[in-house]
Amino acid sequence: MIPLSWYMALAVVLFCIGVCGFLTRRNVIVMFLSIELMLNGVNLNLVALSHFLESLRGQTFTFFIITVAAAEAAIGLGIAIALYRSRRTVHVDSLNQLKG
Amino acid sequence: MISTVTVNWADVGPILPELLLISIGVLLIGLDLFSPRQRQILPWLTVVGCLTALAMIMGSRPSISFGGMFLTDGFSVFFKSICLVGVILTTLMSEHFRRIIAMPQGEYYSLLVFSAVGMLIMASAGDLMVLYLGLELMALPVYALVGLHKKENRTSEAAIKYFLMGGFASALLLFGMSLVYGLTGTTDIGRIGELINSLHLTNNPALLAALSLLLAGFCFKVAVAPFHLWTPDVYEGAPTVVTAFMSVGPKVAGFAIFSRVLFFGLPQLHDHWGPVLAVLALLTMAVGNITALCQQSLKRMLAYSAIAHAGYALLGLLAGTTEGISATMTYLFIYMFMNMGAFAILMLLATPGQPHESIEDCKGLAARSPIAAALMLVFLFSLTGIPPTAGFIGKFYLLKAAFAAGYTMTVVGAVLFSAISAYFYLRVVRYMYMTDPQQNSTLQYSPGMIVALGLCLIGVVGLGLFPGSLLDWAARALL
Repeated sequence: MIPLSWYMALAVVLFCIGVCGFLTRRNVIVMFLSIELMLNGVNLNLVALSHFLESLRGQTFTFFIITVAAAEAAIGLGIAIALYRSRRTVHVDSLNQLKG
Repeated sequence: MISTVTVNWADVGPILPELLLISIGVLLIGLDLFSPRQRQILPWLTVVGCLTALAMIMGSRPSISFGGMFLTDGFSVFFKSICLVGVILTTLMSEHFRRIIAMPQGEYYSLLVFSAVGMLIMASAGDLMVLYLGLELMALPVYALVGLHKKENRTSEAAIKYFLMGGFASALLLFGMSLVYGLTGTTDIGRIGELINSLHLTNNPALLAALSLLLAGFCFKVAVAPFHLWTPDVYEGAPTVVTAFMSVGPKVAGFAIFSRVLFFGLPQLHDHWGPVLAVLALLTMAVGNITALCQQSLKRMLAYSAIAHAGYALLGLLAGTTEGISATMTYLFIYMFMNMGAFAILMLLATPGQPHESIEDCKGLAARSPIAAALMLVFLFSLTGIPPTAGFIGKFYLLKAAFAAGYTMTVVGAVLFSAISAYFYLRVVRYMYMTDPQQNSTLQYSPGMIVALGLCLIGVVGLGLFPGSLLDWAARALL
């Protein structure tokens, strides 16, 4: 039996990789992927806790998170396409029209 | 084993306003698609739908449905009213603004309505799951609204910045929620408070980590420094009418879940989150007010002012008392009218092809259009907090609540920054009244705009002179 702490440690590691990726990467798509990685860290955490607490709420929550992440991906990629059409790039450093 | 599920129809009653708005949203898209010639009725349909929902919410009885997931209490009714009035004002203004920027009509109004449904659910959430779903239902349409005007270059940049920051904040929030779930074994906000007490978790390091993640997520959502960096860019890049909506609707709904979780879910941790929020509120007021001083764009100045006002609204929340929360609620109600009014004047200045967003464009507005200048004067006085406008009443009760809770230094800072804010608000007034106009075109008013401006004026002046009923309502909402 794998102890709960291992799952939670993996979840934290996944989440931190996501945070680091979001903060250091400069491509919009990769930043978006990092957010997904963070969400999956959360999902793993919730599922593991749900199993060990013997409560179904965590698993239900995970289903909702996965569904919302799919909707979020649809909108995010739509915005990324609109951005690419107007700028021909999805690099964050080129997003410099708004500042002050 | 197959078990039958019985549906408790009594539970459906409290969510009827949300269901009504969802059907209005679908109807708006359908009408836009199948009878394109009737598009001018879409804003009025939205207004009628929101008014009906508002009436239903005002008439609803307190109830707890879906096993504690959906609460209809005074608190939620108050926040729902603010959000719906905000949506109605936005719709009335959009009817004017579409002459300046041609955005797709059906999509625009239905996204607005769907976002309103999200806000209503956030205000009513009694469970972290429902809270998250409401939050995303509110946020996803707003991301799309920001980027809806694709012809302009700036909007997609604003949309992607908003989207990435919003997604990041949601992930932080979720990780905090998963830790809270792990410690208490429940996602019910009311139960979490009880369990923290009975399990003696008050000083548990994991719970404090969860609290800091939750705080970071909420601060992103309501644009509190140092998590405000996306706000000016997004507010400036979005079409003005969407900016007006974003500076009120999502912010108010964000405060609804912020206070719901901290005040109802984690009151035992007030010793931890109170001082943190006091520092953040001071920082927010400093950043918002000082950066607004050096802005040349009126829209961007109002964006920084919106950040500063989030800082003021935090004052009531950080007090952690019933009095404080009701002061925050009162302030948000007043803030909606004054901020929407200021953005409405900004929309009046815009002409097709030329946004006229800089402070220079206000020059000599009093000579061009005395009414618009007088209205802007009232709204800016209220944003500064000068009596007898409503802004003063709102700020007064916030400061009183924070002072009563012992945050003297924060109150002193808030007063100082309020004084600083007078400089940049009154600079606009000086440009309007004491310089010569640069152009002579008169402003065009549409019927929707006149109604919206009238409502904002009544809100700002009426609540300033007779605040009693609003204060009573906010105090009763928490009983």
